[in-house]
Amino acid sequence: MSERVIFDETGGLESEPRSIYREAAAWFREASSELITSRKAEAEAFFRRIGITFAVYGDEAGAERIIPFDIFPRILSSDEWSRLSEGLEQRVKALNAFIGDVYGAREIVKAGVVPEDLILANPAFRPEMTRIKPTAGLYTHIAGIDLVRTGPDDFFVLEDNARTPSGVSYMMENREAMLRLFPELFGRLRIKPVDQYPDELLATLRSLAPTTASREPTVVVLTPGPFNSAYYEHTFLADRMGVELVEGRDLFVRSNIVYMRTTEGPQRVDVIYRRIDDEFLDPLTFRPDSTLGVPGLMSAYKAGNVTLSNAVGTGVADDKAVYSYMPEIVKFYTGEEPKLANVPTWRCREPDALGYVLANIKDLVVKEVNGSGGYGMLVGPHATKAQRESFAAKVKANPANYIAQPTLALSTIPCFVESGLAPRHVDLRPFVLSGSDKVRIVPGGLTRVALKEGSLVVNSSQGGGTKDTWVIDDAPPRPKGQSRSQRQMN
Amino acid sequence: MLARTADNLFWLSRYVERAESLARILDVALRLATLPSAYAGTSNEWESAIDIAMCRNLFFESNEVADEASVTQFLIDGPNNPSSIRRCIEIARHNARAVRTAITTEMWEILNDAWSELQRQKFKSFTGKDLSRFLAFVKEVSLRFDGAAYRTMLRTDHYWFQRLGMFVERADNTARLLDVKYHVVLPETESVGGGLDYFQWSALLRAVSSLNSYHLIYRGGIRPWLVADFLVRRPEQPRSLISSYENLNRVLDLLSEQYGRQGPSQRLVRKTYAGLQNLDADTLFQTGLHEFLTQFIADNNQLGLAISEQYLQ
Repeated sequence: MSERVIFDETGGLESEPRSIYREAAAWFREASSELITSRKAEAEAFFRRIGITFAVYGDEAGAERIIPFDIFPRILSSDEWSRLSEGLEQRVKALNAFIGDVYGAREIVKAGVVPEDLILANPAFRPEMTRIKPTAGLYTHIAGIDLVRTGPDDFFVLEDNARTPSGVSYMMENREAMLRLFPELFGRLRIKPVDQYPDELLATLRSLAPTTASREPTVVVLTPGPFNSAYYEHTFLADRMGVELVEGRDLFVRSNIVYMRTTEGPQRVDVIYRRIDDEFLDPLTFRPDSTLGVPGLMSAYKAGNVTLSNAVGTGVADDKAVYSYMPEIVKFYTGEEPKLANVPTWRCREPDALGYVLANIKDLVVKEVNGSGGYGMLVGPHATKAQRESFAAKVKANPANYIAQPTLALSTIPCFVESGLAPRHVDLRPFVLSGSDKVRIVPGGLTRVALKEGSLVVNSSQGGGTKDTWVIDDAPPRPKGQSRSQRQMN
Repeated sequence: MLARTADNLFWLSRYVERAESLARILDVALRLATLPSAYAGTSNEWESAIDIAMCRNLFFESNEVADEASVTQFLIDGPNNPSSIRRCIEIARHNARAVRTAITTEMWEILNDAWSELQRQKFKSFTGKDLSRFLAFVKEVSLRFDGAAYRTMLRTDHYWFQRLGMFVERADNTARLLDVKYHVVLPETESVGGGLDYFQWSALLRAVSSLNSYHLIYRGGIRPWLVADFLVRRPEQPRSLISSYENLNRVLDLLSEQYGRQGPSQRLVRKTYAGLQNLDADTLFQTGLHEFLTQFIADNNQLGLAISEQYLQ
């Protein structure tokens, strides 16, 4: 691999940091190591105390861990953020239009932009959805778009999460922790708040209620239960929205209407923010062995009596092979050039691309099209020869199942590790809410860090951590004479 | 509210209350076991602790003799004991986690902290001092949890189900404690009020944290029939049967008000409560305490079932 310059988002703490990082850099430069250690311990205690834990699949049963939290913040300027959020809105609009088209007329296939077999052979394709029209024609109401950065102006979308993206509770708890730990920095910098997220989520969900719902639609969060790795987040969101957190057994369907069992008897449910995968939603339609879902839910959905959020079958859009077509998809539905770039992607299903990938595997990241969580992938430059060879064999055996991308020189931000502050690679997952009224995006998102030196894998199950993400309101302050209080004093 | 949430709240409070009762039972046994037999009588305190906790059969499945080591180990951390203090707190915390949104942060933090503390405890190497410190810790968890619920929960059905669990469990514990102690203290052949039961009766009062309050109500020293009167019929005593039922009655009324309808639980609680109010003291103490308590425990169980059928499923 050729030596590349890695962009550190602070611009370097020793020399002259970028202006948005100046205050934070000064604080950390002046703070004694004891002070920093004590703040770190405080943060750890905070996360333990509130019980924000996750379970690692394959770990010993019942083990609860907290995701490492790094106290050095990630900072974005207003300008950077407004460009990102425009791009995010455009991309999610295109995703929704694409999913609607996939389950509708398939114009994009007729136009020859996306091959049909990519859709029909996709394991996340749900034929049931060709007969179901969700409210407002929206499918992915809550989308998590993973972004990476390689330079001051170079952001790329790495992955679209259109099913049930998680992590938003970390975005909010990270902010809560930082507010406690660094009140002085919050005093000096104008940091855009994120704690309105649950209200915006609730407004989004309510806007999507079926037309048969009452004026005050009943919203619930559907969880697989306490053993799910994201259970904390489910409780957190239900709590902050002030809605019931239900499990499948709390719901039942009668005459195509969904009810929850309450202490006062059955109560109608209008919108279900479900954190259960498609396959488990309804044992009568999908996996018959699922005990997590609700028998009859799909027929109530089909009858238009309940909104599922996200809609069923959104997985067709966050497949990595579909990802590679996203620039064309955005153009096709919005008529505009994509504002957010894709990482260049080779589709191994295409023979030329396959040849290139196999020849250059040591420089590439190769991913399964349906993999997630950092599993089922090979980071060429970091793999051993044997690992590369066995992976290449898998790719050759089933090329359509793989895509490859160049290893980007991902940006870094300093993190506190054993040896002190050291650069670590980061990504960013903003959350995009699409309601029937408008698109809502809370400024920032979840910054994930690859805590292992040189590692590019940020997933919490594989040694990743998180940071708070600050979008600074750095527009120049209004001239004093214009402020209301001044005028009143005149 | 969700029936499952109500069920979790109800049981989570029962388990916290149960953990506290077990800690008190052990406390009393420890205190009595240290007394010379001339003061404490010849009965086996450790066996009676097992009886109060209602786990005689289970205990003797895995133990030969009931002594300090075997009984404390069993009641605190017995691997085959589904109602050990450790299990009670684990289940309470598990239930709390399942209804995290239905309780306040304060309540959750108390249970979560207690649970983390349990993970740190090394019961195997407990010394006497560790033991009494641990029992004090368990009682404190229950006190803090109760206080947090009282001070931070909205007065809606969530709170009422939390209270219901606590009072049903408390009534059960007080009745069993009294029943077993009554037998231990008063073997058939001995007459009421013999000299050596003084410490037994005062220990019983300690078990319900009421030795001092007893003296405030009854000025004339400790008398067995007054102790029973205190724990059954006195509404001033917060752990008495009548006090638990006064609360159960009120809470079930509030629930029926909120929901606009009543059912078997309201009828049952009224019946038992009226029975307690009209109880004739003389018959109770001279002949029928055991019969009365047996019936009471059965009625109380019945109420628990009725609440479950009416609201929790």
